[in-house]
Amino acid sequence: MSNYKYLILRRISQITLLVLYFGANAYGWKMLAGNLSSSTILGTIPLSDPFALLQMLAAGASVGATALVGGLVIVFFYGLIGGRAFCSWVCPVNMVTDAANWLRRKLYIDKIERKIWVSRNLRYYLIILALIVSFVSGLAAFEVISPITILNRGVIFGFGAGAGLLVAIFFFDLFVLKNGWCGHICPLGGVHSIIGKYNLFRVKHNSDNCTLCMKCKDICPEVQVLDMIGKRSDFVAKQECTNCGRCVDVCNDDALGFNIRNYMKNNQEVTDENVN
Amino acid sequence: MKKEVKKVHITPRRRFFTNIAQGTGMSIMGGLLWAGYAQKAKSSALTLRPPAALEEEDFLKTCIKCGLCSEACFNRDSNRDKETLEHRPATLKMAKAQDDATIGTPFFVPSEVPCYMCEDIPCVPVCPTEALDITSVSNDKGELDFKMMNMGLAVVDSNSCIAFWGIQCDACYRACPLLDEAIKLEYDRNERTGKHAFLKPIVDMNICTGCGLCEKACVTEKPAIFVRPRELVLGKPGDHYVKGWDAKDQQRVAQQSDKDMTTHTERSKSEAVDYLNTGVDFE
Repeated sequence: MSNYKYLILRRISQITLLVLYFGANAYGWKMLAGNLSSSTILGTIPLSDPFALLQMLAAGASVGATALVGGLVIVFFYGLIGGRAFCSWVCPVNMVTDAANWLRRKLYIDKIERKIWVSRNLRYYLIILALIVSFVSGLAAFEVISPITILNRGVIFGFGAGAGLLVAIFFFDLFVLKNGWCGHICPLGGVHSIIGKYNLFRVKHNSDNCTLCMKCKDICPEVQVLDMIGKRSDFVAKQECTNCGRCVDVCNDDALGFNIRNYMKNNQEVTDENVN
Repeated sequence: MKKEVKKVHITPRRRFFTNIAQGTGMSIMGGLLWAGYAQKAKSSALTLRPPAALEEEDFLKTCIKCGLCSEACFNRDSNRDKETLEHRPATLKMAKAQDDATIGTPFFVPSEVPCYMCEDIPCVPVCPTEALDITSVSNDKGELDFKMMNMGLAVVDSNSCIAFWGIQCDACYRACPLLDEAIKLEYDRNERTGKHAFLKPIVDMNICTGCGLCEKACVTEKPAIFVRPRELVLGKPGDHYVKGWDAKDQQRVAQQSDKDMTTHTERSKSEAVDYLNTGVDFE
């Protein structure tokens, strides 16, 4: 079971949060009320989705101070532990797309399908487009189509016709594009990538232990971040890493593990190399 | 003769501009579709918002769709009746994709579950973005005043209201939380029978909050009194109509002196025609 350690922890984290949100509405719990757009912990600490706030500001809203503070709390928190830790440890859509990916592997779709190339940077362009559309339409543009909030609200307040979008994303990820939604399109993931650019917790590779089995690259939802596998011992450098820990899970050679990035130490190593 | 094949030299500059053009094309295509959808995704004009909500346009911009108001509403599923332990039906609902309101925004339908106008207005202070503006329901002392709520306005369809037929019914009058203030009964003589009275419900638009308890209470098959957003049912006479008998309105005109007060419609040049009194001999 050691191959599923982080996966199980992530599922526990994702489901616990959904249960807390659900309980806040259904039983009046105070632990975590609201939803992923904006919520309060124990009725005091505010949390707000920074991307939703940006869109609202682009639409021309004057947003209340509580929500702005909540946005800062989120930026600070994920800025520390890893921006896209949101994607793999919190976001409920991750469970939908992971399910699609699991089935994709079982059906060998990767090996058979006609490949479609879509830029992994699409999400960043969509952030800009979302802000422009918000400005033009006077409505937070991504929030009216976001499958994340649709799924999140669906669990809390009951599903509506919007659930169709989740089915669509499942089949898109399964049959059309590997990691299509989370790895290419989702602009919220893009925002969280930017937030976590300088975060502390990163996966570190030890190439001395690596046997080049490439299991990590098979499982990774953002393969491009594992560009150092078998080449050099280093931290994952790219911001798109979701800190999901699947690569650590599947590695049987102890070549991958979470570590704390130490910027000062890194700089020293570089200078040492230069001296030599 | 050998056919000359024209070789196009693709410079980095050409590649750069072509890529830019491709990106622009996709953005315009996607952006137009997206903006078009966003426009259509805006709520229908009939949507009723929670108390203290900003004007619809600003509300749509400012609501973050977190549902905290709906969870704070006294009249919600999770707030069971202490004695019967029965779930209460929820007033504030979060719009789903198939609803008339923008997805994820709170709204209520008075004919299903009206707003019960809690004195402490629990739904408003929890709003993190101030899309529900607490100052609009606070009096001069800074206390919450539920009488200042402004969700809509009750309208009576006098054609289908049975009280206007002469049948005795004061269901809406009795249901109103601002009894005899927001809905008053106007007594009128019933000429048809000659010995009965009409008890006609009349809504005072300055007091009615639009809670919808009257709509819920109405006995007709489809309610003859119903709540609509205020801007939908209220007219506007314009500044140039002045109540000459109202000192306040006179003051308003006096203060308007800095504005352009000249008459723009020219006076008719033709004389008034006295067609009634011509050719009549009054002797």
